Amino acid sequence: MTLMNHGQARRAESHAPSARSSRRGARGTRPAAPTPSSPDVVSTASSARSAQEAVGHDDGVETPAPPRELVLAKAITAALHDELAADPRTLLIGEDIGALGGVFRVTDGLQKEFGPRRVIDSPLAESGIVGTSIGLAMRGHRPVAEIQFDGFVFPAFNQITTQLAKISSRTAGKVHLPVTIRLPYGGSIGSIEHHSESPEALFAHTAGLRIITPSNAHDAYWMTRQAVRCEDPVIILEPKRRYWLKGMVDFSTPAQDAFTAQVVREGTDATIACYGPLVPVALAAAEAAAQDGRSIEVVDVRSISPLDDETIARSAAKTQRLIVAHEAPTFGGFGAEIAARVSERAHHRLVAPVLRVGGFHMPYPPSQQEHRYLPDIDRMLEAVDRSFSHPRR
Amino acid sequence: MQPIQLLAPDGTYTEHDVYSEYIAALGEQDLRDLYRLMATERRMDAEATSLQRQGQLALWVPALGQEAAQAGTVSALKPTDMIFPTYREHVMALHRGIRPDQIIQLFRATAHSGWDPREHAMNVYMVVLGAQTLHAAGWAMGIQRELEAGDLADGRAEDEIVLACLGDGASSQGDVHESMVFASSYELPVLYFIQNNHWAISVPSSTQSRSPLAARAAGYGFEGVQVDGNDVLASYAVAAHMAGQVRAGGPKLIESVTYRMGAHTTADDPTKYRSADEVEAWRAKDPLDRYRRWLEAEDLADDIYFSEVDQEAAEVAAELRRAVQEIDPLPLEEAMDAVYAEPHRQVETDKAWLKEYEAGFVDDDALAGGEAGAR
Repeated sequence: MTLMNHGQARRAESHAPSARSSRRGARGTRPAAPTPSSPDVVSTASSARSAQEAVGHDDGVETPAPPRELVLAKAITAALHDELAADPRTLLIGEDIGALGGVFRVTDGLQKEFGPRRVIDSPLAESGIVGTSIGLAMRGHRPVAEIQFDGFVFPAFNQITTQLAKISSRTAGKVHLPVTIRLPYGGSIGSIEHHSESPEALFAHTAGLRIITPSNAHDAYWMTRQAVRCEDPVIILEPKRRYWLKGMVDFSTPAQDAFTAQVVREGTDATIACYGPLVPVALAAAEAAAQDGRSIEVVDVRSISPLDDETIARSAAKTQRLIVAHEAPTFGGFGAEIAARVSERAHHRLVAPVLRVGGFHMPYPPSQQEHRYLPDIDRMLEAVDRSFSHPRR
Repeated sequence: MQPIQLLAPDGTYTEHDVYSEYIAALGEQDLRDLYRLMATERRMDAEATSLQRQGQLALWVPALGQEAAQAGTVSALKPTDMIFPTYREHVMALHRGIRPDQIIQLFRATAHSGWDPREHAMNVYMVVLGAQTLHAAGWAMGIQRELEAGDLADGRAEDEIVLACLGDGASSQGDVHESMVFASSYELPVLYFIQNNHWAISVPSSTQSRSPLAARAAGYGFEGVQVDGNDVLASYAVAAHMAGQVRAGGPKLIESVTYRMGAHTTADDPTKYRSADEVEAWRAKDPLDRYRRWLEAEDLADDIYFSEVDQEAAEVAAELRRAVQEIDPLPLEEAMDAVYAEPHRQVETDKAWLKEYEAGFVDDDALAGGEAGAR
């Protein structure tokens, strides 16, 4: 039963966006930036322009463009473009975000359109990027800072945790800091050390920050815009292995509130709650489980802080089984917080313990072995099996 | 490198090619006000130390010995220039109209700060030292962008500059380096003001730097000068000159050579790490004593003036002692409301839980007719 189930899973995964065969392509220091030979780039070659076309607002009044298919990265580009166009106090700052357009080309074309004073190439200094963003925000500007990779955020950890998160508290609410930090995170890109980490739990534990993570292009567009407009500091964890995941973006219909969770697949027998890069994996796992007669509900957590524990607990209470998945190590991980909160709210409705699927208690491994480290469809289905080993009462 | 000095410890004045003109431009009242500011803070500072000893403050950070460095510098700024302080700039705070009982809030732990930065063009105190220098650079980036766009923030001056305060200890922090890189690369209107008071708690300034801190500026591509921080006239003149240079374009640095006469904080015992001889040598360079000698020698102030100042300072101290008792702590609910600008589910949940939990205690007390129970 289990073996057959896993066989189905592997077949299903070969059609999933993160199929291992396609992951093997690029390896290098900053490998994931698209190159002209990449098929993804061919299909999105005009996306910077399409992002601009998506919002025709010469007079500041937005005229939404019709829905169009964009890869997730270009949906973020479009969102940044639209926020720069909408508010002259909004600016971007980060390493290599100007002429190069960022190592993932997310800011491609924006410096050319908005100038070097609003799309600022910073010195190579993450604490400086966040610290100056704080000073800019104190004065009424709305900085969107890019940290190049998850593993490079730690030089800025002090500014983020002792300053950005605390200045509203320190001033008893007199000073608010509408700073957005964009942070590409997660693994499965075949890269070297420091390029594949998932530090969400470290920030989730810090009151004063908001943390969101979109999993599809439509959410990426709208959640980015909502983050920039939020009066609080927001860290957007961008699932870098999904930057080239295509999806329709409806520019006239906002996604639901960025700080809420969303049921992205309905089911009746078990719930998988996950976020960012693992949402497509969970959807593929649910598809595989369906072939085995199990109906899996998938909740896209979307917001780490605040956590919409109500939506997750409601789903878990309905299906009576909950599996929480993330790439970060399970020990002390954010899944533990979800598990605890759901247990507190819905213990009597669950027929099995909340199970976690995640990375191991080790630094992110050399990426030649990341396929064994990262939760995949099989690991999720194994947890589903374990959950089902507890019969419904 | 020799610190610029106009007023020797014995009160004699020496002309300087560049800096004397700034003193010549000051009126008699301006000159007397420098003394008044220093004397008022010194008296308030002593009162705060006493309040801490009596258990009224969690901590106090004396500025004793550094009055001239701060008074001269802050007086040379325009009121619209933004100050990013550490936690010891009490002289600057008083000059900016911040009341002693507002300064004290952090140290009485009734709140994390006691004033609105925008009302006084002075940010609240910074405890994680060095971090404020990046905020100063960011603020200056804002000025630069607004000037280019012809869109100054509300009520701000076109010629605004930023004063980034730090000490010899924080000069070792990486954030200070990054701030100076940003300021230099973007030619930001930042004046770095390092009070080298010789001791970072128990560690001497030689452990922070083997070259004068002012000399570091050259490595970033801007000018740095050393000034005698116990000479209020030199502190004023150098700050006025350097502020003008910053207004003309690009960052500058002042290393103010002074001495922390008291403890680092009231939690510290300086006799454990520095000699009495060293302290006595600096006592002979006291900033108030030498300035008073000069004011008297120049017939700018007499005994009546000095006793008036003493009387005023005593009243400020008495008012602080009275006001301290009346500061209500920021209620926990209001602190919770201040974590975020917009509602946050977990904060709301915690706040609701606390209310319900504590309401239970109140009900028990009401039934028992007793005093509030232990939490």
